[in-house]
Amino acid sequence: MSNPQEPLQKSPLDARHRALGAKMVPFAGWSMPVTYEGLGVMAEHEAVRTRAGLFDVSHMGEFLVEGPHAGAILDRLVPNDVSRLAIGDALYTPICNEHGGIVDDCLIYRTGETRFMVVVNASNAKKDFEWFSAHWSEGATLVDISSATALIAIQGPRALGIAKRVTQGVNFEALRSFTHQEGTVAGKVARVSRTGYTGEDGLELYLGWNDAEAVWDGLREAGSIDGLAPAGLGARDSTRLEARLPLYGNDIDDHTSPLAAGIGWTVKLQKSSDFIGKAPLVKEKAEGSATKLVGFVLRDPGIPRHGYPVALSPDGPAVSVVTSGTKSPTLGESIGLCYVPAAHATVGEKLWVEIRQRRLVGEIVPTPFYKRK
Amino acid sequence: MNIPSELKFTKEHEWVRVENNKVVVGISDHAQHELGDIVFLDIQKKVGEVVKKGQTVGTVESVKTLSDVYAPVSGTIVRVNAGLADSPASVNEEPYGGGWLVEIELSDAAELTTLLTAEQYQEYLKASDH
Repeated sequence: MSNPQEPLQKSPLDARHRALGAKMVPFAGWSMPVTYEGLGVMAEHEAVRTRAGLFDVSHMGEFLVEGPHAGAILDRLVPNDVSRLAIGDALYTPICNEHGGIVDDCLIYRTGETRFMVVVNASNAKKDFEWFSAHWSEGATLVDISSATALIAIQGPRALGIAKRVTQGVNFEALRSFTHQEGTVAGKVARVSRTGYTGEDGLELYLGWNDAEAVWDGLREAGSIDGLAPAGLGARDSTRLEARLPLYGNDIDDHTSPLAAGIGWTVKLQKSSDFIGKAPLVKEKAEGSATKLVGFVLRDPGIPRHGYPVALSPDGPAVSVVTSGTKSPTLGESIGLCYVPAAHATVGEKLWVEIRQRRLVGEIVPTPFYKRK
Repeated sequence: MNIPSELKFTKEHEWVRVENNKVVVGISDHAQHELGDIVFLDIQKKVGEVVKKGQTVGTVESVKTLSDVYAPVSGTIVRVNAGLADSPASVNEEPYGGGWLVEIELSDAAELTTLLTAEQYQEYLKASDH
């Protein structure tokens, strides 16, 4: 018989996905929708770019950090400047290890004077909690609230308009990008955050686990007149890649530094607190990164994918691999990301991707590949 | 799931239309549905090339994933559906019609007996709980 597998965790919206005929796949130990019946990646991607898409991302992890030293502890764990967060602000940051590599990337929300919420990738939730615990100190508690927290994202040019119809207690004029407020959505308490992973405007709504269905239903009803579509992990990946947002495990990992990965803006070397990974990052900043994550477009027909070898000449040795790649639904071109030696990391330079023993030529292009108007 | 009764099938979800000593090959309705929106066909064999049963003749790619297509019989490639380069979605829309992939001239007609009938393919799909 085959190896027995651990049962997959179920989202609070599992019944909704199945009722919509979703293709469910295992992802980070969860059963999640990759596409929906009658839609598909292309249609869902298009909905996000032109109208709005509704994503269930309840599998993500959330930690509550509370106590007089909460901010200071977090400031020592991440390179971005947590001390600059006002209540109602959020920031994006990697969590670095001692070598300057990346344990995970996350969002940090300041929800109170001495209270923060950290939002981490589903695939790293356990690893991050253990990392935080191992590097913790006195003066704050760390609680995993993932199993109590559902997360729904509504993304696209019509997203805010739709959400406003069913939201109370939020001042949308004051809700700038990377800020958040507590209100109610479809009558349920929600932390409404102006963030997202698609490159579009939109919201991420943090809810009580048992409130997810009511909020999902309320948004779908409010959004039906605007063509709001459910959108799965397939469209989540295709939109984030067009927007050049890194995916942990693909574009960033324990061995990649944020400086090489093109998210150096999250590294605040001048902030007053020390942080894990500071010394190697200071050195790398001074000397320059050895490699750089670049975006490319394939000029020969084919689709670059994670793991395909990349070379700097048609017959030379492979120097790296494609970290993420796809056929871009919005651009109609094959796009990808890969690390190349810094000297080669220039727009216009050519590279060759090996696809089934053939070398296809590509060209380094500016990123993001797509930028919303 | 559409499984035309006059066609033969393989466990790898190719369909086969037998026309005297030639066969037209494509991927089944089940296969295109599993793949989702098909955005690229990489047909790796050229007209005139000899293939063996089970050999990869090409790759069908969707945004998220890709799948190899195998020669259901041995023979010589006599036609390739070049039109798919401009409209890969034909494989989704008409998997048994305009979405055909290659045509092979048989070198061993006995291999046809190894293919599944439409009923057998349907049973196979049910049993594998696809």
